[in-house]
Amino acid sequence: MPETTRPRTLVEKIWEEHVVLQEEGAPAILAIDLHLVHEVTSPQAFTGLRARGLPVRHPERTVATADHSIPTLPLGRGLPIVDTQAAFQVSELERNCRDFGIPLHGMGSETRGIVHVIGPELGLSQPGMTIVCGDSHTATHGALGALAFGIGTSEVEMVLATQCLLQRRPKTYEVRVDGRLAPGVSAKDIILALIARIGVGGGTGHVFEYTGEAIRALGMEQRMTICNMSIEGGARAGLIAPDETTFEYLHGRRHAPRGAAWDAAVARWRTLPSDPGAAYDRSITLDASALEPMVTYGTNPGMGIPITGRIPAPEDAPDEARRRALERALAYMDLRPGEPIAGRQVDVVFLGSCTNSRIGDLREAAALLRGRHVAPGTRLLVVPGSQQVKAQAEREGLDEVFRAAGGEWRESGCSMCIAMNGDQLEPGQYAISTSNRNFEGRQGTGGRTFLASPLTAAASAIAGVVADPRPLVDRTAVQVGGR
Amino acid sequence: MPEPVTAFTSRVVPLPAENVDTDQIIPARFLKTTDKAGLAEGLFYNWRYGPDGTPRPDFVLNRPEMQGRAILLAGANFGPGSSREHAPWALLSWGIRAVISTGFADIFRANALKNGLLPIVVSSERHAALFGRVAADPDVELTVDLAAQTVRVGDADTFAFEIDPFARRMLLEGTDEIGYVLARLPAIEAWEAAHPARVNTLG
Repeated sequence: MPETTRPRTLVEKIWEEHVVLQEEGAPAILAIDLHLVHEVTSPQAFTGLRARGLPVRHPERTVATADHSIPTLPLGRGLPIVDTQAAFQVSELERNCRDFGIPLHGMGSETRGIVHVIGPELGLSQPGMTIVCGDSHTATHGALGALAFGIGTSEVEMVLATQCLLQRRPKTYEVRVDGRLAPGVSAKDIILALIARIGVGGGTGHVFEYTGEAIRALGMEQRMTICNMSIEGGARAGLIAPDETTFEYLHGRRHAPRGAAWDAAVARWRTLPSDPGAAYDRSITLDASALEPMVTYGTNPGMGIPITGRIPAPEDAPDEARRRALERALAYMDLRPGEPIAGRQVDVVFLGSCTNSRIGDLREAAALLRGRHVAPGTRLLVVPGSQQVKAQAEREGLDEVFRAAGGEWRESGCSMCIAMNGDQLEPGQYAISTSNRNFEGRQGTGGRTFLASPLTAAASAIAGVVADPRPLVDRTAVQVGGR
Repeated sequence: MPEPVTAFTSRVVPLPAENVDTDQIIPARFLKTTDKAGLAEGLFYNWRYGPDGTPRPDFVLNRPEMQGRAILLAGANFGPGSSREHAPWALLSWGIRAVISTGFADIFRANALKNGLLPIVVSSERHAALFGRVAADPDVELTVDLAAQTVRVGDADTFAFEIDPFARRMLLEGTDEIGYVLARLPAIEAWEAAHPARVNTLG
């Protein structure tokens, strides 16, 4: 079939447009449209660049923020950083951005925030782009129809120096989600259900494309939640074809095209969705209408069950390695096979992270918490994804809802998702968390994490135990997941 | 310029756990460094040390006979999770030069190859056999030869492994990948001339 008529997937279209050079036997040199930089994975790359005496090839296609190791306590502008090592890392980022001419949404900036929240928020992340960042959750930007993936620090240096990467063409994996979500079930539950089904290595070597009626019905923020956790299923990237929802989200944002350029961009973006008959290397189908709220019980994001489920038994594992893994996970979590996950005590509720810290996430949680109170002995930590999300939430009075419910309201950052900034669990504590990783020690050495949606986290905060949000959702006028 | 990777012989550190994520390889609190060196202390920190900082004698890396070994025999799907390149830096800093598993997470594999840490993929059968051999003979020596793409187990048994041919060439020659791409600058300039910038972050 001639090249012009061969049906292509969204991923193939973006890939082929960005191949600068494909030499025999070598990976492609792939052009990168947007490079996002943060304080933790960039210092060694800038050191390398200085050693080579090279400039940043395209500072105007690069943008930086400080999010991972910065404090979230509201101590005013210019937040003092107690940890000297973290403070040095942030000052190095400031110096590197100054020296190399890279725009920085840094400490004290009203546009600072988690890198994967501010990219879409500022209209920087757009359909059809290649986007990279030294962070595995870069797939978040795939929600806008971009090929976005995490890279290591050597690759950060490569992109700073060349605005390109050496890449092998990824395989494609269609994740079709049919049907409609029931009330109280949200995007987080779709992605946790997918990972529970395919495992944390299920998507290795592939890029997910999420399709189907349930995906199309989601708003942009919920699409970001799904794409964000692609890496938790082993896929370096995950995309959703751009549509009217995407265009409506982007229109008028700071870096989005304007006027005639907007019309031209939309016309171009409309050509991106996968062609009818385009072939994927693999595919899987989920039925959204059959999904319940999901919770993880173990120490990787694939160890998830419906909230009405029971902790699985190691002797039911399909092989010896998985039996041992489950035994180890249950010992770490101090859970017993056969017991229900609902009703397990929760010490801390973390509402935040690049997965679930956007305004819609905060609205959902606040809808359940309004007029109610966090259970005695349970701590609720609410960390908005960006300073703009924080400001919007405060305009809507959501901060007051969280405070009145007994929660803490913070400045934006990665916070307890990665526990680099002092926001962390004590050994042995249980958290229900809207973040993306329940690995051993992820939220603090010895801490134990149940991953769940903002609705499930809010319902659990009120109950003081892992709780199904659906009864509360039924009693509360809460709009979930729509546009 | 990176040092070319050469053949080496070592005994094996067995770590049968599957899905060993990069948060376990090096916990996030060690990521506040701005350097690549000095990360050996953080390697598997939460598995190596108790809450009070004393070594856990039962963890494999703490056993005296494991010191100086350069090959990690790991469970399935090694290195998922965070993209932190500190994971291969920490392994290399401790002395590990090759990891053998049935599979590696994509970002970890890329990061390992950029630093001369060899991710060696074997079949499930070979994987089980290697664990069996190391259990029976904990001091068995393996010779990893990237040029020949082989691993010799003890004195006799040798098996071949697959590895990205481009990465192999770069590692054997000690070629710098940024230098390789910059040598093709005219192609980049031509692509950029034909494709206007999609965004201006300074605007």
